[in-house]
Amino acid sequence: MAQASYPDDLKYNTEHDWARIEGDEATFGVTWYAQDSLGEIVFFDPPKVGDQLTKDQAYTEVESVKAVSDVVAPMSGEVIAVNEKLTETPGQINDDPYGEGWLVRVRLSEPGEAASLMDAGAYEASLS
Amino acid sequence: MHVAAGAKLVPFAGWEMPLQYVGIRPEHLAVRNDVGIFDVSHMGEVETVGPAAAQRLQRLISNDIEKLAVGGAQYGLLCNEDGGVLDDLFTYRLAKDRFLTVTNASNHERDLAWMQSHAREHDARVNDRHADYAMLAVQGPRARSLVAGLTDEELPARFHCRELSLAGVRLLACGTGYTGEDGVELLIDPAHARRVWDAVVGAGAQPAGLGARDTLRLEACFHLYGNDLREDWDPIGAGLGWACKEATGFIGAEAVARVRAAGPRRKLVPFVIEGAGIARQGNPVLPAAGLEQSSAGAGSATAAGGEVTSGSFSPCLERGIGLAYVEPERAVPGTKLQIDVRGTIREAVVERKPLYRKDP
Repeated sequence: MAQASYPDDLKYNTEHDWARIEGDEATFGVTWYAQDSLGEIVFFDPPKVGDQLTKDQAYTEVESVKAVSDVVAPMSGEVIAVNEKLTETPGQINDDPYGEGWLVRVRLSEPGEAASLMDAGAYEASLS
Repeated sequence: MHVAAGAKLVPFAGWEMPLQYVGIRPEHLAVRNDVGIFDVSHMGEVETVGPAAAQRLQRLISNDIEKLAVGGAQYGLLCNEDGGVLDDLFTYRLAKDRFLTVTNASNHERDLAWMQSHAREHDARVNDRHADYAMLAVQGPRARSLVAGLTDEELPARFHCRELSLAGVRLLACGTGYTGEDGVELLIDPAHARRVWDAVVGAGAQPAGLGARDTLRLEACFHLYGNDLREDWDPIGAGLGWACKEATGFIGAEAVARVRAAGPRRKLVPFVIEGAGIARQGNPVLPAAGLEQSSAGAGSATAAGGEVTSGSFSPCLERGIGLAYVEPERAVPGTKLQIDVRGTIREAVVERKPLYRKDP
């Protein structure tokens, strides 16, 4: 994705992760800013279905040619799905960080945590 | 200039350096398949000049300076009295009594101070020329023909150097490089470097940054000081015994000779990861099955296991590669290694240098 973009329907944390909240489930990924900083992502090793994620703790890593970066959970919950396709084509995280580049889907354990996340405008402002 | 070309800048050894312009992989592949240009002006230059300049450098640098003819280029090491490596360098002989030594940016001040304060029994001036030179590297199968198109004069052969005019700028061209490809490195008056950059980029060279510089040199198995070479490690274990001529009596020669005779405790080998994963500097190499890992570290005589000193992703091999110190018995191509990459054990194989080979 060549142009920076921060969709309005997502919530963001300070570690450049996003959450798409749908009822008591959410999908997580990394933002345009994160993939742009990393450069071409070459490896992604997903967590397992059933793993417990804790808000603000690292739950996996993405690896680019030059660096490894922790991915931090924006909210707490149990992993109910992982994006298996990224094992073959991790570059999707660069090309479509909010769509095909989704990382995990969770069942939220503390939906109230959403209140501490930023909306798109606040996140984008925090980058400058 | 670099920002206008789309560079992402990162701090490196006190400089703001372009890490990449369009991406590490495309820049890497441009150098392997076509031609790329690197701004390596952060590297330092030390001039040694005077009637005893050759003798002075003979004492300071591990290789045989007497074998370096005017117009030649020679790789060598600066060692301390214990035979540890202070820096790895290229020295160019510009005249019988005048030499230019290119230093690594992070070591330049230390190298200069060392060269100025040692071997003073040989009368020569050792001058800091860092501010007088910008340096551009043009590398790749098309590099020579591209550069030849910008000058009427002949280019220097590999491991040679000569002054010539390029794009109307008088500069020192050297048949050297750090990528494993053919090409030249250009030492230029900083006031005119931009003009040379623009001419070379205008002729189609891909600007390439430090990211690609590292992946390229790793495929070629070239050492990086600070990763593969350190002050408390000997050159023999690093595989640089060929650049050490103890008979020339350089500072550290006796210590190097002792290690050469006894055999190094650890040897630096290239490896390729089998499957997924990228090993990085500091990742432990597990001891061979059945031995205990010692906490004594890569340099200890009693330690088992080893350590990755450089690691990255190879765009040409499409997998993780690197350099690691292992026990001499395991420094044999074909040996299987297990590397602890942040808690996950990755399988790797010791290979021959270079890791990347041009197909015949």
